[in-house]
Amino acid sequence: MSKLLVSTTVNGDAQEFLCDPGATLLEALREQLGLTGSKEGCGSGDCGACTVVLDGNMVCSCLVLAAEAEGRQVATIEGVAEGSMLHPVQQKFLEHGALQCGFCTPGFIVAAKALLDHNPAPSESEVRYWLAGNLCRCTGYDKIVRAVMDAAAQLRQERMPA
Amino acid sequence: MPSPAFHAPGTVDEVVGLLAGDPQARVLAGGTDLIVQMRSGRIAPSAVIDLKRIGGMSGVRVEAGTFAIGAATACTALKDCAELVAAWPGVVEAANLIGSVQVRNRATMGGNLCNASPAADSVPALVAAGATCVVAGPAGRREVPVAAIPAGPGKTSLAPGEFVVEIRLPPRPAGGGDAYLRSIPRTEMDIAVVGAGVSLVLGPDGTCTSARIALGAVAPTVVLVEDAAAALVGSRLDDAALDRMAEAVRAACRPIDDKRGTAGYRTAMAAVLARRTVNIARERAQSESTSKA
Repeated sequence: MSKLLVSTTVNGDAQEFLCDPGATLLEALREQLGLTGSKEGCGSGDCGACTVVLDGNMVCSCLVLAAEAEGRQVATIEGVAEGSMLHPVQQKFLEHGALQCGFCTPGFIVAAKALLDHNPAPSESEVRYWLAGNLCRCTGYDKIVRAVMDAAAQLRQERMPA
Repeated sequence: MPSPAFHAPGTVDEVVGLLAGDPQARVLAGGTDLIVQMRSGRIAPSAVIDLKRIGGMSGVRVEAGTFAIGAATACTALKDCAELVAAWPGVVEAANLIGSVQVRNRATMGGNLCNASPAADSVPALVAAGATCVVAGPAGRREVPVAAIPAGPGKTSLAPGEFVVEIRLPPRPAGGGDAYLRSIPRTEMDIAVVGAGVSLVLGPDGTCTSARIALGAVAPTVVLVEDAAAALVGSRLDDAALDRMAEAVRAACRPIDDKRGTAGYRTAMAAVLARRTVNIARERAQSESTSKA
């Protein structure tokens, strides 16, 4: 089977890659574009370690074919920080120790940022439901939820008019 | 996995042509079942035909009070249609119980129906609501009840070369209300042990004039329980009527034992859940008749 040429936008940059028609977006990101921040945990949409934002909606990149990304906007964990400046969600994950092994962390951060981008003041319950599709086997989730609540508070403060 | 060909046509007719020319091709809507099955080796389609570039297959159209939901509409996108949320909240809620946010941003109404899982959450809600679907294929288009699509676990009544283009819901009847509940051992990320969809119409005095009760995960396909509905029609949904409804629900269950629940548990829970779902649909129907008064 011949390879497909896919033109897409990843973290704001135009990107082109060749892929097998059956390859997933996760495989293309990791193997063609060298963006290895998105992880494959389960490969079946259960764990959320591969979470990316596709045209504004967070999805499991293991359940998207790379060819579907033609002409779309993809945002990955690599685009969350601005240069060396961490996003508040990342900073709060560090401060709260909201990770141990770190494998699930990129997916959690992309998902948490996606929540705060459209809901600046989520309740703890909303955070827990939103992150239900991200599994962490280390932390027990409490520190993650606290980090997201704290990041939300900081973002609200930053956005307040001076 | 062996790589299939990939097509992203722009029209329904092109899909019909591609399917006619390649019987081993599969249509791709959200991919949350199809891609998992491809990766596990359960299926190896010769080609994948993405439906999401086709105008009208994603999104909800409201036409004179009726709703046309494109088969490739993601579950979360249903919530963007305020008229649909107001008219058929049970359908929107059922679709938004599936998986996680990540999954619901991809999983579609057409896919949930055509994957033909007995536990599909949106299907009992659609069947209770009296939904139909438009099927396209080599013989043209036909409109069939949603309930006629599932034929057994993983099997549909679609003929070779056919696929679902859209799902249609009627206007909400005056005094109508619908609801869907499912039973799972936790709150998220699980598959229904039992699901119950209910749609009711109440007259001005609270008498039930019409009812549809559909169950999921208690038989090889969704079950529309006409005896349960008949037990409610003409009543004011008093305890005696609800008891008769619950008995009819239990009698209609033909569940399996599996890791999610025993047949006995499913049968008992179906009656409990149907009762709770009727109560929510009743509250919605009553608020409807109050707001009209």
